[in-house]
Amino acid sequence: MSRPELQAPPEIYYGDIEATKYTKNTRNQQIQADMTYRALELLNIPPEEPAFLLDIGCGSGLSGEILTEEGYIWAGADIAPSMLEVALEREVEGDLFLQDIGQGFGFRPGSFDGAISISVLQWLLNAETSHPTSSPPHRLNRFFTTLHSALKNPSRAIFQFYPSSDDQIQLITSCAQKAGFGGGLVVDYPNSKKAKKVFLCLFVGGGGGQQQIPKGLEGEDTEDSKVRFERRRERERTRDRSGKRKSVKDRDWILRKKELYRKRGKDDVPNDSKYTGRRRKPNF
Amino acid sequence: MVRLITHNLLACHAKGCNANNFPLQFKDVEIEIREAEFNPDFLRGFLPKIEWKALVDSARQIGDTSLPAEQPEMVDDDFLKSLHHVLLELHIEEGSMTCPNCSHVYPISNGIPNMLLAEHEIA
Ligand SMILES: C[S@@+](CC[C@H](N)C(=O)[O-])C[C@H]1O[C@@H](n2cnc3c(N)ncnc32)[C@H](O)[C@@H]1O
Ligand SMILES: [Zn+2]
Repeated sequence: MSRPELQAPPEIYYGDIEATKYTKNTRNQQIQADMTYRALELLNIPPEEPAFLLDIGCGSGLSGEILTEEGYIWAGADIAPSMLEVALEREVEGDLFLQDIGQGFGFRPGSFDGAISISVLQWLLNAETSHPTSSPPHRLNRFFTTLHSALKNPSRAIFQFYPSSDDQIQLITSCAQKAGFGGGLVVDYPNSKKAKKVFLCLFVGGGGGQQQIPKGLEGEDTEDSKVRFERRRERERTRDRSGKRKSVKDRDWILRKKELYRKRGKDDVPNDSKYTGRRRKPNF
Repeated sequence: MVRLITHNLLACHAKGCNANNFPLQFKDVEIEIREAEFNPDFLRGFLPKIEWKALVDSARQIGDTSLPAEQPEMVDDDFLKSLHHVLLELHIEEGSMTCPNCSHVYPISNGIPNMLLAEHEIA
Protein backbone atom coordinates (compact mmCIF):
# COMPACT_ATOMS: atom_id res chain seq x y z
CA MET A 1 0.00 0.00 0.00
CA SER A 2 1.30 3.46 -0.76
CA ARG A 3 2.28 5.76 2.06
CA PRO A 4 -0.52 7.83 3.61
CA GLU A 5 1.36 11.09 3.00
CA LEU A 6 1.26 10.41 -0.75
CA GLN A 7 -2.47 9.79 -0.82
CA ALA A 8 -4.03 13.04 0.39
CA PRO A 9 -3.27 16.12 2.53
CA PRO A 10 -3.18 15.17 6.24
CA GLU A 11 -6.40 16.90 7.25
CA ILE A 12 -8.21 15.00 4.48
CA TYR A 13 -6.47 11.66 4.97
CA TYR A 14 -7.20 11.76 8.70
CA GLY A 15 -10.91 12.46 8.26
CA ASP A 16 -13.58 11.23 10.68
CA ILE A 17 -13.43 7.59 9.63
CA GLU A 18 -9.66 7.21 9.46
CA ALA A 19 -9.17 9.19 12.70
CA THR A 20 -11.41 6.77 14.59
CA LYS A 21 -9.93 3.71 12.91
CA TYR A 22 -6.38 4.90 13.58
CA THR A 23 -7.06 5.56 17.25
CA LYS A 24 -9.02 2.36 17.98
CA ASN A 25 -6.57 -0.03 16.35
CA THR A 26 -4.85 -1.75 19.27
CA ARG A 27 -1.84 -2.76 17.20
CA ASN A 28 -1.35 0.87 16.20
CA GLN A 29 -1.77 2.01 19.82
CA GLN A 30 1.00 -0.37 20.81
CA ILE A 31 3.40 0.83 18.12
CA GLN A 32 2.75 4.54 18.81
CA ALA A 33 3.10 3.97 22.57
CA ASP A 34 6.35 2.11 22.12
CA MET A 35 7.84 4.85 19.97
CA THR A 36 6.67 7.51 22.42
CA TYR A 37 8.50 5.80 25.28
CA ARG A 38 11.62 5.58 23.16
CA ALA A 39 11.31 9.27 22.27
CA LEU A 40 11.01 10.13 25.97
CA GLU A 41 14.11 8.11 26.68
CA LEU A 42 15.99 10.08 24.01
CA LEU A 43 14.56 13.35 25.34
CA ASN A 44 16.59 12.64 28.44
CA ILE A 45 14.80 14.80 30.98
CA PRO A 46 16.04 13.91 34.48
CA PRO A 47 13.54 11.76 36.39
CA GLU A 48 11.19 13.71 38.64
CA GLU A 49 11.98 16.96 36.87
CA PRO A 50 8.64 18.53 35.97
CA ALA A 51 8.45 19.69 32.37
CA PHE A 52 6.15 21.40 29.89
CA LEU A 53 6.37 19.60 26.55
CA LEU A 54 5.12 20.18 23.02
CA ASP A 55 3.66 17.23 21.09
CA ILE A 56 4.06 18.11 17.42
CA GLY A 57 1.36 16.48 15.29
CA CYS A 58 -0.35 15.18 18.42
CA GLY A 59 -3.25 13.66 16.46
CA SER A 60 -5.82 11.94 18.67
CA GLY A 61 -3.48 11.99 21.66
CA LEU A 62 -2.02 8.49 21.64
CA SER A 63 1.43 9.95 22.30
CA GLY A 64 0.06 12.67 24.58
CA GLU A 65 -1.65 10.21 26.90
CA ILE A 66 1.73 8.71 27.64
CA LEU A 67 3.16 12.15 28.39
CA THR A 68 0.40 12.60 30.97
CA GLU A 69 0.97 9.14 32.38
CA GLU A 70 4.64 10.02 32.85
CA GLY A 71 3.70 13.17 34.76
CA TYR A 72 4.35 15.79 32.06
CA ILE A 73 2.17 18.77 31.24
CA TRP A 74 1.89 19.28 27.50
CA ALA A 75 0.39 21.17 24.59
CA GLY A 76 -0.23 19.58 21.21
CA ALA A 77 -0.66 20.90 17.68
CA ASP A 78 -2.26 19.09 14.76
CA ILE A 79 -3.68 20.04 11.39
CA ALA A 80 -6.46 17.43 11.25
CA PRO A 81 -9.73 18.54 12.94
CA SER A 82 -11.02 14.96 13.03
CA MET A 83 -7.97 13.75 14.92
CA LEU A 84 -8.34 16.60 17.44
CA GLU A 85 -12.01 15.73 17.76
CA VAL A 86 -11.10 12.19 18.78
CA ALA A 87 -8.54 13.62 21.23
CA LEU A 88 -11.36 15.66 22.82
CA GLU A 89 -13.56 12.58 23.06
CA ARG A 90 -10.75 10.75 24.81
CA GLU A 91 -10.42 13.67 27.21
CA VAL A 92 -6.67 14.04 26.83
CA GLU A 93 -5.06 16.43 29.27
CA GLY A 94 -3.00 18.59 26.93
CA ASP A 95 -3.93 21.97 25.44
CA LEU A 96 -4.72 21.38 21.79
CA PHE A 97 -4.19 23.65 18.80
CA LEU A 98 -5.45 23.38 15.25
CA GLN A 99 -2.27 24.29 13.46
CA ASP A 100 -0.24 23.57 10.34
CA ILE A 101 3.29 23.13 11.66
CA GLY A 102 4.62 24.05 8.23
CA GLN A 103 3.29 27.59 8.83
CA GLY A 104 5.51 27.89 11.91
CA PHE A 105 4.72 28.49 15.59
CA GLY A 106 4.13 31.74 17.45
CA PHE A 107 5.32 30.56 20.85
CA ARG A 108 7.50 32.95 22.84
CA PRO A 109 11.22 32.13 23.20
CA GLY A 110 11.99 29.38 25.68
CA SER A 111 8.37 28.28 26.13
CA PHE A 112 8.92 24.50 26.19
CA ASP A 113 11.28 22.22 28.09
CA GLY A 114 11.29 19.77 25.21
CA ALA A 115 9.30 18.48 22.24
CA ILE A 116 8.37 15.13 20.78
CA SER A 117 6.81 14.25 17.47
CA ILE A 118 5.73 10.73 16.58
CA SER A 119 5.15 9.72 12.94
CA VAL A 120 4.60 13.24 11.59
CA LEU A 121 7.66 14.76 9.91
CA GLN A 122 7.29 12.80 6.65
CA TRP A 123 4.09 14.75 6.06
CA LEU A 124 6.09 17.97 5.64
CA LEU A 125 7.85 16.64 2.58
CA ASN A 126 4.94 17.01 0.21
CA ALA A 127 3.82 20.35 -1.24
CA GLU A 128 0.10 20.90 -0.79
CA THR A 129 -0.27 23.80 -3.22
CA SER A 130 1.88 25.47 -5.85
CA HIS A 131 2.10 28.66 -3.77
CA PRO A 132 5.77 29.48 -2.97
CA THR A 133 5.11 29.41 0.80
CA SER A 134 4.10 25.80 0.37
CA SER A 135 7.34 24.22 -0.90
CA PRO A 136 8.79 21.63 1.51
CA PRO A 137 12.09 23.49 2.18
CA HIS A 138 10.14 26.66 2.99
CA ARG A 139 7.84 24.81 5.32
CA LEU A 140 10.66 22.93 7.01
CA ASN A 141 12.64 26.14 7.52
CA ARG A 142 9.74 27.97 9.09
CA PHE A 143 8.90 24.98 11.22
CA PHE A 144 12.41 24.38 12.58
CA THR A 145 13.22 28.08 13.06
CA THR A 146 10.11 28.81 15.10
CA LEU A 147 10.45 25.52 17.02
CA HIS A 148 14.06 26.28 17.88
CA SER A 149 13.08 29.59 19.40
CA ALA A 150 10.10 28.05 21.26
CA LEU A 151 12.42 25.63 23.10
CA LYS A 152 14.44 26.55 26.15
CA ASN A 153 18.22 26.35 26.13
CA PRO A 154 19.36 23.65 26.69
CA SER A 155 16.72 21.15 25.62
CA ARG A 156 15.88 18.58 22.97
CA ALA A 157 13.28 17.79 20.34
CA ILE A 158 12.86 14.14 19.32
CA PHE A 159 11.12 13.13 16.10
CA GLN A 160 10.29 9.58 15.10
CA PHE A 161 9.48 9.61 11.40
CA TYR A 162 9.36 7.56 8.22
CA PRO A 163 11.76 8.91 5.61
CA SER A 164 11.46 7.35 2.18
CA SER A 165 14.91 8.32 0.89
CA ASP A 166 18.32 9.59 1.95
CA ASP A 167 17.56 12.83 0.12
CA GLN A 168 14.63 13.44 2.44
CA ILE A 169 16.83 12.86 5.48
CA GLN A 170 19.40 15.21 4.01
CA LEU A 171 16.82 17.95 3.41
CA ILE A 172 15.36 17.64 6.90
CA THR A 173 18.68 17.63 8.73
CA SER A 174 20.05 20.54 6.74
CA CYS A 175 16.96 22.67 7.47
CA ALA A 176 17.20 21.77 11.16
CA GLN A 177 20.88 22.76 11.23
CA LYS A 178 20.18 26.02 9.48
CA ALA A 179 17.62 26.79 12.20
CA GLY A 180 20.36 26.40 14.82
CA PHE A 181 19.79 22.84 16.02
CA GLY A 182 22.57 20.40 16.76
CA GLY A 183 22.12 16.65 16.93
CA GLY A 184 21.46 14.00 14.35
CA LEU A 185 19.85 10.72 13.44
CA VAL A 186 19.43 7.70 15.72
CA VAL A 187 18.43 4.48 14.01
CA ASP A 188 17.12 1.64 16.18
CA TYR A 189 17.43 -1.95 14.94
CA PRO A 190 18.92 -0.84 11.60
CA ASN A 191 19.20 -4.42 10.38
CA SER A 192 15.67 -5.47 11.11
CA LYS A 193 13.20 -4.78 8.36
CA LYS A 194 10.28 -4.86 10.77
CA ALA A 195 11.65 -3.20 13.89
CA LYS A 196 13.83 -0.49 12.31
CA LYS A 197 12.92 2.97 13.58
CA VAL A 198 14.38 6.36 12.67
CA PHE A 199 14.61 9.16 15.26
CA LEU A 200 15.85 12.66 14.58
CA CYS A 201 17.34 13.98 17.84
CA LEU A 202 17.72 17.74 17.83
CA PHE A 203 19.56 19.71 20.49
CA VAL A 204 19.15 23.33 21.49
CA GLY A 205 22.39 24.49 23.07
CA GLY A 206 24.13 21.42 24.41
CA GLY A 207 20.84 19.51 24.44
CA GLY A 208 21.17 18.90 28.16
CA GLY A 209 23.51 16.24 29.48
CA GLN A 210 26.17 14.92 27.19
CA GLN A 211 26.39 16.45 23.77
CA GLN A 212 26.95 13.40 21.61
CA ILE A 213 24.09 11.80 19.74
CA PRO A 214 22.64 8.80 21.60
CA LYS A 215 23.25 5.32 20.21
CA GLY A 216 20.62 3.41 18.31
CA LEU A 217 19.43 0.06 19.67
CA GLU A 218 20.94 -3.02 18.10
CA GLY A 219 19.94 -6.58 17.43
CA GLU A 220 16.34 -7.70 17.39
CA ASP A 221 13.47 -5.82 18.93
CA THR A 222 13.02 -7.91 22.05
CA GLU A 223 12.50 -5.45 24.85
CA ASP A 224 9.47 -3.31 25.50
CA SER A 225 10.53 0.36 25.44
CA LYS A 226 8.12 1.20 28.23
CA VAL A 227 9.80 -1.34 30.48
CA ARG A 228 13.24 -0.08 29.52
CA PHE A 229 12.30 3.58 29.93
CA GLU A 230 10.78 3.07 33.36
CA ARG A 231 13.62 0.86 34.54
CA ARG A 232 16.13 3.52 33.57
CA ARG A 233 14.15 6.20 35.37
CA GLU A 234 13.89 3.98 38.43
CA ARG A 235 17.66 3.53 38.41
CA GLU A 236 18.32 7.23 38.11
CA ARG A 237 15.76 7.99 40.73
CA THR A 238 17.44 5.80 43.32
CA ARG A 239 20.79 7.25 42.37
CA ASP A 240 19.55 10.77 42.93
CA ARG A 241 18.41 10.76 46.53
CA SER A 242 17.85 14.50 46.59
CA GLY A 243 15.23 14.19 43.85
CA LYS A 244 11.68 14.89 44.87
CA ARG A 245 9.08 12.21 44.71
CA LYS A 246 6.45 12.21 42.02
CA SER A 247 3.10 13.56 43.09
CA VAL A 248 0.73 10.80 44.04
CA LYS A 249 -2.12 10.29 41.57
CA ASP A 250 -5.61 10.21 42.98
CA ARG A 251 -7.96 7.26 42.80
CA ASP A 252 -10.19 8.64 40.05
CA TRP A 253 -7.25 9.30 37.83
CA ILE A 254 -5.98 5.76 38.27
CA LEU A 255 -9.40 4.24 37.64
CA ARG A 256 -9.80 6.24 34.46
CA LYS A 257 -6.39 5.22 33.19
CA LYS A 258 -7.00 1.56 34.03
CA GLU A 259 -10.23 1.69 32.08
CA LEU A 260 -8.30 3.17 29.18
CA TYR A 261 -5.73 0.39 29.28
CA ARG A 262 -8.45 -2.24 29.36
CA LYS A 263 -10.07 -0.63 26.34
CA ARG A 264 -6.70 -0.65 24.65
CA GLY A 265 -6.62 -4.39 25.14
CA LYS A 266 -4.03 -4.72 27.87
CA ASP A 267 -4.85 -7.85 29.80
CA ASP A 268 -2.61 -7.38 32.79
CA VAL A 269 -4.40 -4.41 34.34
CA PRO A 270 -5.00 -5.10 38.05
CA ASN A 271 -8.59 -5.32 39.26
CA ASP A 272 -9.94 -2.29 41.06
CA SER A 273 -10.23 -2.69 44.80
CA LYS A 274 -10.70 -0.58 47.88
CA TYR A 275 -6.93 -0.23 47.91
CA THR A 276 -6.75 1.33 44.46
CA GLY A 277 -5.12 4.74 44.62
CA ARG A 278 -4.51 4.57 48.36
CA ARG A 279 -1.39 6.14 49.62
CA ARG A 280 1.26 3.55 50.32
CA LYS A 281 3.98 3.72 52.88
CA PRO A 282 7.29 4.55 51.32
CA ASN A 283 9.25 1.34 51.17
CA PHE A 284 12.84 2.38 51.50
CA MET B 1 -8.81 22.95 26.17
CA VAL B 2 -6.80 26.12 25.87
CA ARG B 3 -5.68 27.40 29.25
CA LEU B 4 -3.79 30.47 30.36
CA ILE B 5 -0.62 28.40 30.70
CA THR B 6 -0.38 28.14 26.92
CA HIS B 7 -2.05 31.46 26.18
CA ASN B 8 0.74 33.14 28.18
CA LEU B 9 3.30 31.65 25.79
CA LEU B 10 1.47 32.41 22.60
CA ALA B 11 2.15 35.38 20.32
CA CYS B 12 0.70 36.13 16.89
CA HIS B 13 2.59 34.39 14.08
CA ALA B 14 1.10 36.11 11.06
CA LYS B 15 3.48 37.44 8.41
CA GLY B 16 5.28 40.62 9.41
CA CYS B 17 3.71 40.68 12.85
CA ASN B 18 6.79 40.72 15.07
CA ALA B 19 6.20 43.43 17.68
CA ASN B 20 3.42 44.16 20.18
CA ASN B 21 1.88 40.86 19.08
CA PHE B 22 1.39 39.55 22.63
CA PRO B 23 -0.74 38.78 24.56
CA LEU B 24 -3.63 37.84 22.29
CA GLN B 25 -6.83 39.48 23.53
CA PHE B 26 -9.75 37.29 24.54
CA LYS B 27 -13.25 38.10 23.28
CA ASP B 28 -16.67 36.57 23.95
CA VAL B 29 -15.22 33.71 25.93
CA GLU B 30 -16.98 30.79 27.58
CA ILE B 31 -15.03 29.35 30.47
CA GLU B 32 -15.16 25.94 32.08
CA ILE B 33 -13.45 25.12 35.33
CA ARG B 34 -11.94 21.66 35.62
CA GLU B 35 -9.88 20.52 38.55
CA ALA B 36 -6.28 19.58 37.88
CA GLU B 37 -3.68 17.88 40.00
CA PHE B 38 -1.73 20.42 42.09
CA ASN B 39 1.97 20.16 41.33
CA PRO B 40 3.99 22.82 43.19
CA ASP B 41 7.32 21.69 41.69
CA PHE B 42 5.99 22.15 38.20
CA LEU B 43 4.66 25.61 39.04
CA ARG B 44 7.94 26.73 40.60
CA GLY B 45 9.76 25.59 37.47
CA PHE B 46 7.26 27.37 35.25
CA LEU B 47 7.31 30.71 37.11
CA PRO B 48 10.34 32.18 35.28
CA LYS B 49 8.60 31.65 31.93
CA ILE B 50 5.54 33.68 32.86
CA GLU B 51 4.93 37.19 31.52
CA TRP B 52 3.28 38.35 34.71
CA LYS B 53 1.38 41.42 33.54
CA ALA B 54 -0.02 39.54 30.56
CA LEU B 55 -1.18 36.73 32.84
CA VAL B 56 -2.90 39.05 35.30
CA ASP B 57 -4.58 41.08 32.53
CA SER B 58 -5.73 37.99 30.64
CA ALA B 59 -7.07 36.36 33.80
CA ARG B 60 -9.07 39.55 34.48
CA GLN B 61 -10.38 39.54 30.90
CA ILE B 62 -11.88 36.16 31.54
CA GLY B 63 -13.19 37.07 34.96
CA ASP B 64 -10.58 35.87 37.45
CA THR B 65 -9.08 38.49 39.74
CA SER B 66 -7.27 36.26 42.20
CA LEU B 67 -3.70 37.14 41.15
CA PRO B 68 -1.82 40.15 42.59
CA ALA B 69 -0.81 42.86 40.10
CA GLU B 70 2.85 42.45 41.02
CA GLN B 71 4.47 39.04 41.09
CA PRO B 72 5.14 38.36 44.80
CA GLU B 73 8.70 37.71 45.88
CA MET B 74 7.63 35.14 48.42
CA VAL B 75 6.41 31.99 46.72
CA ASP B 76 4.23 30.34 49.35
CA ASP B 77 1.62 27.62 49.05
CA ASP B 78 -1.32 30.01 48.95
CA PHE B 79 0.17 31.88 46.06
CA LEU B 80 1.00 28.64 44.22
CA LYS B 81 -2.59 27.47 44.68
CA SER B 82 -4.00 30.63 43.06
CA LEU B 83 -1.45 30.33 40.29
CA HIS B 84 -2.36 26.67 39.80
CA HIS B 85 -6.01 27.57 39.43
CA VAL B 86 -5.39 30.39 36.97
CA LEU B 87 -2.87 28.57 34.81
CA LEU B 88 -4.29 25.05 34.77
CA GLU B 89 -7.95 24.94 35.79
CA LEU B 90 -9.61 27.64 33.67
CA HIS B 91 -10.43 26.28 30.23
CA ILE B 92 -11.41 28.69 27.50
CA GLU B 93 -13.96 26.68 25.54
CA GLU B 94 -15.39 29.21 23.09
CA GLY B 95 -14.59 32.72 21.91
CA SER B 96 -11.62 34.19 20.13
CA MET B 97 -8.16 35.71 20.55
CA THR B 98 -7.27 38.89 18.67
CA CYS B 99 -3.72 40.04 17.96
CA PRO B 100 -3.17 43.49 19.54
CA ASN B 101 -0.89 44.44 16.63
CA CYS B 102 -2.32 43.16 13.34
CA SER B 103 -5.84 42.35 14.58
CA HIS B 104 -5.77 38.82 13.24
CA VAL B 105 -8.54 36.84 14.94
CA TYR B 106 -7.86 33.29 16.11
CA PRO B 107 -11.23 31.66 16.80
CA ILE B 108 -11.61 29.14 19.64
CA SER B 109 -14.16 26.39 19.23
CA ASN B 110 -14.63 23.33 21.45
CA GLY B 111 -11.64 24.55 23.43
CA ILE B 112 -9.33 24.43 20.40
CA PRO B 113 -7.84 27.64 18.99
CA ASN B 114 -7.61 27.73 15.23
CA MET B 115 -4.07 28.96 14.46
CA LEU B 116 -4.27 28.36 10.70
CA LEU B 117 -3.20 31.28 8.50
CA ALA B 118 -4.34 32.12 4.98
CA GLU B 119 -1.62 31.85 2.34
CA HIS B 120 -0.96 35.61 2.22
CA GLU B 121 -0.48 35.66 6.02
CA ILE B 122 2.28 33.04 6.05
CA ALA B 123 5.74 34.42 6.82
C1 LIG C 1 0.45 9.03 12.16
S1 LIG C 1 -0.36 10.39 12.92
C2 LIG C 1 0.47 10.48 14.50
C3 LIG C 1 -0.35 11.09 15.59
C4 LIG C 1 0.25 10.98 16.99
N1 LIG C 1 1.53 11.65 17.09
C5 LIG C 1 0.38 9.51 17.39
O1 LIG C 1 1.48 9.09 17.70
O2 LIG C 1 -0.63 8.81 17.40
C6 LIG C 1 0.28 11.77 12.02
C7 LIG C 1 -0.33 13.10 12.44
O3 LIG C 1 0.41 14.17 11.87
C8 LIG C 1 -0.50 15.22 11.60
N2 LIG C 1 0.08 16.16 10.63
C9 LIG C 1 0.47 15.92 9.37
N3 LIG C 1 0.91 17.04 8.77
C10 LIG C 1 0.78 18.04 9.69
C11 LIG C 1 1.04 19.44 9.67
N4 LIG C 1 1.51 20.05 8.58
N5 LIG C 1 0.78 20.16 10.79
C12 LIG C 1 0.28 19.56 11.90
N6 LIG C 1 0.02 18.24 11.98
C13 LIG C 1 0.25 17.48 10.88
C14 LIG C 1 -1.70 14.47 11.07
O4 LIG C 1 -2.87 15.27 11.07
C15 LIG C 1 -1.77 13.28 12.01
O5 LIG C 1 -2.58 13.52 13.11
ZN1 LIG D 1 -0.53 39.78 14.59
